[in-house]
Amino acid sequence: MNDKLKAYFRTDHLPHIWCPGCGNGIVTAAIVRAIDDLGWSKDDTVFVSGIGCSSRAPGYLDFNTLHTTHGRALVFATGVKVARPDLNVIVITGDGDASAIGGNHLIHAARRNIDITTICFNNNIYGMTGGQYSPLSPTDSFASTAPYGNADRTFDLCRLVEAAGASYVARGTTYHVTPLTNMIRRGLEKKGFSFVEAMTACPVYFGRRNKLPTGVDLLNWQRDNAVPVSRAAKMEPEELAGKIVIGTFLDVEMPEYTETYERLLKEHAADRSGE
Amino acid sequence: MGETTRRLMQGNEAIVEAALVAGCRFFAGYPITPSTEIAELLAARLPQAGGRFIQMEDEIASMGAAIGASLTGTKSMTATSGPGFSLKQENLGFASLTEVPVVVVNVQRMGPSTGMPTAPSQGDIMQARWGTHGDHPVVAMAPASVGETYEATIKAFNISEALRVPVVILLDEVIGHMREGVEIPRAEDIQLLERKGPSTGPADHLPYADDGTGVPEMAPFGTGYRYHVTGLFHDETGFPDMSNATADTLMRRIMGKMERHRDVYEWTETTDTEDAEVLLVTYGSPAQAARSAIRRARREGMKVGEFRVVTVWPFPEERLRQLAGGVREIIVPEMNLGQLRLEVERVVAGRARVSGINRTDGDIFKPDEIYAGIREVYGGER
Repeated sequence: MNDKLKAYFRTDHLPHIWCPGCGNGIVTAAIVRAIDDLGWSKDDTVFVSGIGCSSRAPGYLDFNTLHTTHGRALVFATGVKVARPDLNVIVITGDGDASAIGGNHLIHAARRNIDITTICFNNNIYGMTGGQYSPLSPTDSFASTAPYGNADRTFDLCRLVEAAGASYVARGTTYHVTPLTNMIRRGLEKKGFSFVEAMTACPVYFGRRNKLPTGVDLLNWQRDNAVPVSRAAKMEPEELAGKIVIGTFLDVEMPEYTETYERLLKEHAADRSGE
Repeated sequence: MGETTRRLMQGNEAIVEAALVAGCRFFAGYPITPSTEIAELLAARLPQAGGRFIQMEDEIASMGAAIGASLTGTKSMTATSGPGFSLKQENLGFASLTEVPVVVVNVQRMGPSTGMPTAPSQGDIMQARWGTHGDHPVVAMAPASVGETYEATIKAFNISEALRVPVVILLDEVIGHMREGVEIPRAEDIQLLERKGPSTGPADHLPYADDGTGVPEMAPFGTGYRYHVTGLFHDETGFPDMSNATADTLMRRIMGKMERHRDVYEWTETTDTEDAEVLLVTYGSPAQAARSAIRRARREGMKVGEFRVVTVWPFPEERLRQLAGGVREIIVPEMNLGQLRLEVERVVAGRARVSGINRTDGDIFKPDEIYAGIREVYGGER
């Protein structure tokens, strides 16, 4: 790690708890690079996370950091942002945290279009608890709770967030680090709700059960299966089966929640002075 | 110099007005009967005071948002009833362990489950104490009138700030919706407590260090103090530490701070106890019917006293123990099948006989019913 990036880490709390081959460090570094590119102040930036492997990332980052309850990072983050709209608020979550237990909060944070950037570390599995299938585990993949293969249909979280009303939605992978960093930077810059799904490797609990036993196998899997969004648009659904569509799905300007609330209060200032 | 004013108010409205006086500037809520007026009124009133209101997607979200806002240094509150209080429990426990000040109003309704949503109850007394998992510090208050609700709300914020502990205000539907005249104190007579800020610069700040009071200093997010808050057990730096020694130190400190600062939250009222042979232990709206019943019993020569508990948790053990030594019978009227009575029995420990007068039909006590209960224990000994 170069010294410039080291300044964003709590180096006295490293090494991290993640397993050998885990991709979470790659995503965390991409986040830090994006922040460094933007020159954001550590004092004015708050990281909020839920529960799971990825949610441990804020502990290693030298910012205001809040490690909350399972699935609930976005609600704590909403409280921070509404109380202090001037602060930059970033949520780090995992696929299970964001899509299952926290799914409702993800929908509504996107619907409000509140200025929070959410980075979802998608390792396709519940890693912290030992490899149970998540809503983002591929159908037919194996997990400790799917010994005969996963019967659940997998979930396209980017489409959910887009439909719910976010301003920016993208998916990247830990193999394609530079595009991932650029997506995160764009998400951070965007006024409104931004969602970046970062495909990350869990060799220990996802890979080993699915014939991809090392971190390198999973990086190669990302490389071999990634399809840019522009190419995917020209492909048939059957061709896209098992592929990872990467790129920017949505990048629009829309009214942001805290600004809209402030505007309404200003417009109704006369009503409010009736004290 | 301001004057005291008298206003006709609903209990839920008293919560709102007192919260604003106490400095509450953030509220997150979700609609639920019979607490909804609190959210409705704050949606209008908070912006007038420079605060912010948000209606969240569910009860869990409102609890979390209130904690998040509090971490920025903003006094925060949420309000709910029955099923919503059940949903808030996990994040309430997060506030207990991470020591984030927050006030939670629970306007109790008949449960379990959807129950009787518009009917009063005191069925959440034990949940207020033990609703979240693990040993944890929490304060719960059960005012007996609208005026006392106003006072209790200001005190709830003070306790929460002073001890960095979540405080639950347990109204019941009767207090929440009843209108009474409330004496609004003059601003200069209201004492407000604030959380203790950091005494050192960011480099030396230890966010969970015990400065000898058991209550750590608290820096707001976004002020240069970059620290970590986690629901994992943590040492004085705030970072996770799973060692047995750290867990033991942390748990004993957060529980111990409650024991050593009883003066901050303990609130009881005693009436006619000097010569009492029979003692009523009351809380919440049944205390109003009990007062009337006691007056009648006194007129008829029965030596009845009242020990009214406003701060229910932590329970005022010592005070009740003293009183219990001088009486032969204790009666606990409750709108449940006997919850606080369990605590009374534990504390009294055989010094006096303990019985309950209980309603669990969604209706309130009439003074006659409590009078009849007093009469019964007095029996032929008069």
